[in-house]
Amino acid sequence: MPTKIHPALIGFTALVFIFLVGPLIIVLGAALSDTTYLTFPPQGLSLRWFQNIFEIDAFRRTILTSLQVAVISTFVALLIGIPASYAMSRYRIQLPGWLSTLFVLPVLVPELVLGFSLLKNLAFQFNAPIFLSLIIGHTILILPYVIRVISASLASFDFSIEEAAISLGSPPLKTFFTVLLPNVRSGVIAAFILAFITSVNDVSISIFLTGPGISTLPIQLLAHMEQFFDPTVASVSVLLMVLTVAVMAIVERTLGLTFLAK
Amino acid sequence: MKRFAGWTLASPATLLVLLGLVAPVAATIYTTFGTPGGPFATYQAFFGSGFRRTVLLRTINVSLIVTVIALVIGFITAYVVSRAPGWLKSILIIAAVFPLLTGVVVRSFAWLIILGKNGILNSTLINLGIIGEPLQMLYTQGSVIVAMVYLFVPLMVLTLVGVLEAIPDDLIQASASLGANSWATFTQVILPLAVPGLIVGAVLVFTGSFTSYATPQLLGGEQVMMMGTLMYQQAMVTFDWVSASTIAAIMVVITIAIVMAMNAAARRLNPMTV
Repeated sequence: MPTKIHPALIGFTALVFIFLVGPLIIVLGAALSDTTYLTFPPQGLSLRWFQNIFEIDAFRRTILTSLQVAVISTFVALLIGIPASYAMSRYRIQLPGWLSTLFVLPVLVPELVLGFSLLKNLAFQFNAPIFLSLIIGHTILILPYVIRVISASLASFDFSIEEAAISLGSPPLKTFFTVLLPNVRSGVIAAFILAFITSVNDVSISIFLTGPGISTLPIQLLAHMEQFFDPTVASVSVLLMVLTVAVMAIVERTLGLTFLAK
Repeated sequence: MKRFAGWTLASPATLLVLLGLVAPVAATIYTTFGTPGGPFATYQAFFGSGFRRTVLLRTINVSLIVTVIALVIGFITAYVVSRAPGWLKSILIIAAVFPLLTGVVVRSFAWLIILGKNGILNSTLINLGIIGEPLQMLYTQGSVIVAMVYLFVPLMVLTLVGVLEAIPDDLIQASASLGANSWATFTQVILPLAVPGLIVGAVLVFTGSFTSYATPQLLGGEQVMMMGTLMYQQAMVTFDWVSASTIAAIMVVITIAIVMAMNAAARRLNPMTV
């Protein structure tokens, strides 16, 4: 018999979900408005503000930069994060306990502090290119997500399967690609997609690491909002929400959305 | 070779975090002690300035208010979600994850449309005849708090759903059949079991609010400056990097201190570890 819940609590919860979803529906409505100013409910329906995104050079450029940064830093984070997670579950005894703390540090240290420190002590001090600093910052930001998701899928991996393959003569690298990787495939896909969206949405690191010709989409959105109050920002927001829906669909297929509730 | 296999595999990630995070952040903090006028001159300057003290206190204040509101809303919501039937639970979790994965700029922007001078709330209130003139809601502490609560409630709900799901229905019914009313069941059974989750959620929300940038920037502006926006202004507008580094150091110390204190509290208050 399920527990009875007071109707007042159910009503309250319904209000909370209206509060959570309502503002995003308002953004969607504002993006479809045929007016030159932001308004809701939309007056007239039009997709012209979506077209406008691609007519503004700054948006075209920053969308491209954001995608590049997200793809490159996600790949690097997977490339170094998968071996690290593997090492931490397979060779736990060899490695010191502080290593797992080290990999949580990017969550503990405020992103703003990381962004500013990379600007001050990498880009400025060593003349490192801004784009490289952005990649480093984003890779560090998403590394904890990658390690957490991959470690979770490795937790249910039976390492004796791998030993069996090796004792039957399979070389280590081949074993990795043919035995280990297929077993943690869903974890890798979910890690990729969560890391990607985290990078695309990042503000606090990127805000310090923009330079001549280099800026990311969220930073460009902030700059645009300070000057114009037209529906372009709303339509870019809707594009980002479409990306969110795609991400959720993939996470649901690979890990199940309840993974995010842990 | 086998003895070092673990290190070999973990070294690229370890090096990246050490060289890309630990070293630059340590260098930033280190420079705050090396200024002429003594090792603590920059901190004396920070705490000696009435404006900066106000910003720090305001940031703590706003973060505390947001944390408390998010705890209350999140706890009730998560409790109802955790007891919902399977299909409804999935829908509600999707509805909470969606805003969480949507960027902070988009979510803050939504409140710009709602709370603006010609925004939805103002025009609705005027149409209903409740107010004659639009209210100034943007660039107030209230608008920053509302937007931040909006930002963090999904995180709190998702953190707590897992914890509350783990409390078996039988336990709640046992409490009822032994004569406890629903308030007693709540305060003596459910709440104590949820404490570790509440602490984790509180830490996430407090540190997230304390170090946020986009929301106070968009909805607070110059009028409601917080630590994040002040740090950005010092670093990128007035180019006072020593001052920005000092704010960075204070943010790091407060964040880590809170995480450590809450971890200790969680260990002590967890009824399962006694």
